[in-house]
Amino acid sequence: MNAPGRAILLASTVVGGLIGQAALADTSDKRIALSNNYAGNSWRQAMLRSWEKVTGQAVADGVVAAADAFTTAENQVTEQAAQIQNLILQGYDAIVINAASPEGLNGAVAEACGAGVVVVSFDGIVTEPCAWRIAVDFKQMGKDEVLYLADQLPEGGNLLEIRGLAGVFVDDEISAGIHEGVAETGKFEIVGSVHGNWAQDVAQKAVAGILPSLPDDIVGVVTQGGDGYGAAQAFNATNRDMPIIVMGNRHDELTWWKEQKDANGYETMSVSIAPGVSTLAFWVAQQILDGAEVPKDLTVPFLRIDQDNLEENLANTEAGGVANVEYTLEDAQAVIAGAK
Amino acid sequence: MNPRLLRGLLPPLSLAALLIAIFWLQPRTMSYFGLNLLLNLAVPIALAAIAQMFILCVNELDLSIGGFVSLVACITATWLHDTPLLGIAALAGLIAAYAALGALIHLRNLPSIVVTLGMSFVWLGLAVLVLPTPGGKAPEYIRALMTLKPPFIPFPIIAAVVIAIVVHIVLMRSAYGAVLRGAGGNPRSLERAGWSILKIKMTMFALAGFFGVLSGMALVGLTTSADANIALRYTLLSIAGVILGGGEFVGGRVSPIGAVIGAVTLALAGSFLSFLRLNPDWQIGAQGAILIIVLALRVLISRSEVRS
Repeated sequence: MNAPGRAILLASTVVGGLIGQAALADTSDKRIALSNNYAGNSWRQAMLRSWEKVTGQAVADGVVAAADAFTTAENQVTEQAAQIQNLILQGYDAIVINAASPEGLNGAVAEACGAGVVVVSFDGIVTEPCAWRIAVDFKQMGKDEVLYLADQLPEGGNLLEIRGLAGVFVDDEISAGIHEGVAETGKFEIVGSVHGNWAQDVAQKAVAGILPSLPDDIVGVVTQGGDGYGAAQAFNATNRDMPIIVMGNRHDELTWWKEQKDANGYETMSVSIAPGVSTLAFWVAQQILDGAEVPKDLTVPFLRIDQDNLEENLANTEAGGVANVEYTLEDAQAVIAGAK
Repeated sequence: MNPRLLRGLLPPLSLAALLIAIFWLQPRTMSYFGLNLLLNLAVPIALAAIAQMFILCVNELDLSIGGFVSLVACITATWLHDTPLLGIAALAGLIAAYAALGALIHLRNLPSIVVTLGMSFVWLGLAVLVLPTPGGKAPEYIRALMTLKPPFIPFPIIAAVVIAIVVHIVLMRSAYGAVLRGAGGNPRSLERAGWSILKIKMTMFALAGFFGVLSGMALVGLTTSADANIALRYTLLSIAGVILGGGEFVGGRVSPIGAVIGAVTLALAGSFLSFLRLNPDWQIGAQGAILIIVLALRVLISRSEVRS
């Protein structure tokens, strides 16, 4: 490493305060690429912006030499496989992947590993054993919702479940977690279940459709994100009491929650995965290049919003977007340490 | 220069120009390892383009080849791996189904675009049934073949050359090949000469099915496992490959060597644009622009052919 580079790094260390000496080693000449399969929704756009912001700073600080983002023009497995092979040819030291398919890219990922490239997958993970995986524990997310409700509603009661898109594994996982939580706490009963497809309008229609057939005393609504506002609208249209609706970090959900909180002290919580998880993957890749011992399977922390930090999170969420958090090197080190 | 020769030279020249540009942008590709990575995913595309070429040759169009290759990939990664006999039977059945499609289109005089568009959903549905969630495993021998590292020349180049030459000999140099092509160019005179157009169409569709099966198997050999949506892009890539390689929509005017070159050119165009660091929003458009440029050149050459 050259002297000015180290000086900048040291300066950033002093500012950052917590960065361990080990992480300063020799990644300043390493290049990391992001291979992304899709950029067509607000979550992915936020993910790319977070990547740009955090890695841009990291490059400016001399932590790595380059961190370029590549998105395939079409969300297709064969195209992303070709893209990964191109990235190998471009000589990147590490490739961070949000994959179009958990299995279809394994050949290209194996080629990358064979060429000595570090592969870290997140969100859309790959199953090839040589790659690192930063996965989301969706099951735990579902369970956390029920545990929160159990805290808020000690006497239990009837729940309405809003599920996601049928046939997608995320939907199955969250729902399994919810049911596990219900079984464990033993005081709730899920009296109805609809598919909201993670969209407010679909959720509103589905909930409005099932409500007349449900008992009057629904105390809580467990959701999967993107459906809380729609559920609230559906309840609003009836003369039922507003149950505790778990939110999913979307801007409209947080805004509605804030309005209710100010008006009548409404309490709930909100949980989802921050799009900034791409930056966590970046730091994990940097740590691996740095020679850190990193387990192959890591878990993304959830971004949970509670009654007391609602205002702060809402202020940081842009209209139409999702609450986001960008991860730091220390966050990555904590996640790595937590997995060991 | 003789326009006819020029027209024949256009596909290889476009490929060479693209290759030189890639070598210049990314010198790392100019190695055994680099060429291997650059070209290996072009092999299944080339096979799919050959399949499409057989259909175009009899003046039809196949909009289902992408779904078909996906289905083959799913069967290869599951049945062919776990119970080889069932897998082989299923793949043979698919080829027979393709021949039957050819018969249906000919006998009922249906537009192939409609029939194959419908079939593309059938293939995709079957693929989801065979493999509901992405997974499966490529049979060892296919994986071994596709990752073969022969001395001096990378495997994808050898594979492309072999595919082009074998099909060229069968379709362009054999007597029956001339009959097959004739069915696209002038079916009426062939029928008068006593040939069964039904048989020829079934043969051509079966050949397309056969190469579609090879394409799916090659693809799984590269990816190691399958996904029901894995090859949906192949429908358009295969048509564009044939046309880029000098084939035409009028039937009978095709070139196997050109189709392989066209498919490889398309695969390389993607890499070229990625090496250029072009914004992905522009990449599809740029890929289309490359197609239009090559086709425009061909029209220019054809015009001068007519004039002379």
